[in-house]
Amino acid sequence: MAENFLDPVILFFGLGLLAGILKSDLRIPEQLYETLTIYILLAIGLKGGIKLSHATVGSTLTSIVASMVLGAMIPLIAYPILRRLGKFNRSDSAALSGHFGAVSSVTFAVALDYLISRGIYFEEFVPVLYITLEVPAILVAIALARFKSEKKNIPIQKLMREVLLSKSVFLLLGGLLVGYLGLSSKMGPIEMVFFDPFKGVLALFLLEMGLVTSRRLKDVHKYGIFLLVFGTCFPISMAVLACFMGKLAGMSVGGSFILATLAASASYITAPVTMRMAIPEANPSLYLTSSLGIVFPFNIMLGVPLYYKISTLVHLI
Amino acid sequence: MFAKKKLVVVICEGQLENTLIDDLHEMKVYGYTICEAKGEGSRGVRAGDWEQNRNIRLEIVCSEKEAERVFTHIKNEYFENYAMITYMSEVEVIRGDKFV
Repeated sequence: MAENFLDPVILFFGLGLLAGILKSDLRIPEQLYETLTIYILLAIGLKGGIKLSHATVGSTLTSIVASMVLGAMIPLIAYPILRRLGKFNRSDSAALSGHFGAVSSVTFAVALDYLISRGIYFEEFVPVLYITLEVPAILVAIALARFKSEKKNIPIQKLMREVLLSKSVFLLLGGLLVGYLGLSSKMGPIEMVFFDPFKGVLALFLLEMGLVTSRRLKDVHKYGIFLLVFGTCFPISMAVLACFMGKLAGMSVGGSFILATLAASASYITAPVTMRMAIPEANPSLYLTSSLGIVFPFNIMLGVPLYYKISTLVHLI
Repeated sequence: MFAKKKLVVVICEGQLENTLIDDLHEMKVYGYTICEAKGEGSRGVRAGDWEQNRNIRLEIVCSEKEAERVFTHIKNEYFENYAMITYMSEVEVIRGDKFV
């Protein structure tokens, strides 16, 4: 665990957090933040695509099914807990469960980096699982909000387009396709841009995430102890569930760990955009605070190494 | 030489950008200007420093009748749930027939 804190990427996150808390005038321009998001998503997709082009099918299909089931299950489990124990209203509970179901791309990138830097094997198709887990989760959350709702709703086609063509899904799929189809002999210069500097870019991104998180931290107390407890215990339980499902689907320790991290992470790119459209009456400050102020820092600092431990233990059973 | 028209200004969450543009087209109001904005209001600081915190300023020059239609629509659809303010002022334009 302590070793994880000294990973330069995590230290950069701490640096951003510190800058925000101490009110430094450090600010990452919005355009750079957007560029970094695009870079990270494309790089993950590309890498997955290249590996997929010379991989065997193996447990791909079962893992995809497992991730879809998991994606649909997470909001269904989160919703009644948020509603009954958390006493949140229907819209807030649905929006929150969508955020917990959907995936954080940076947490995913940190988990991949965790395995790569330790030379641990994982299945090449894991970027696909990002999409197959996220899309059902968001759709189920929208359905939960609309169930029995009498509010005037925006057309489902428009929402579907928003979910399926959201930046993260589109870039990951696009990257996968380019990586898969692109001639390997011509990949050299692309790899130089997308693979070699990846960790450095991730570090820069986490500096920004530290700043963003620090601005959310002051809101955490507003929503009480329940959200704090839920925001840490729920991801851990979902990670345990995901490890078992990963094992059942025939995935390796590394692969199950990635699935666990996907299940445990909360979205702050796709979900806020789609939830704001689909459930406008839900409070955005509530879900952004839980995703960015609680789940994200917890996962980056403690969650990722913990989920790896859980995956190892589950595979020993 | 100058014709009197209304300048409608909507300052709101950036996420409404595409939706508002679609609405304007549906209402057959063509012509608008959008720029990025930042500020603070009853729904907190909208610093524009990252995507979910982005604000836009939408301007439309049109007739009073059109302005009322736009305001009524925005009031009914978005006031309740979104961070936004709207206001209107009088402007003088040349080529008055360019604006509905």
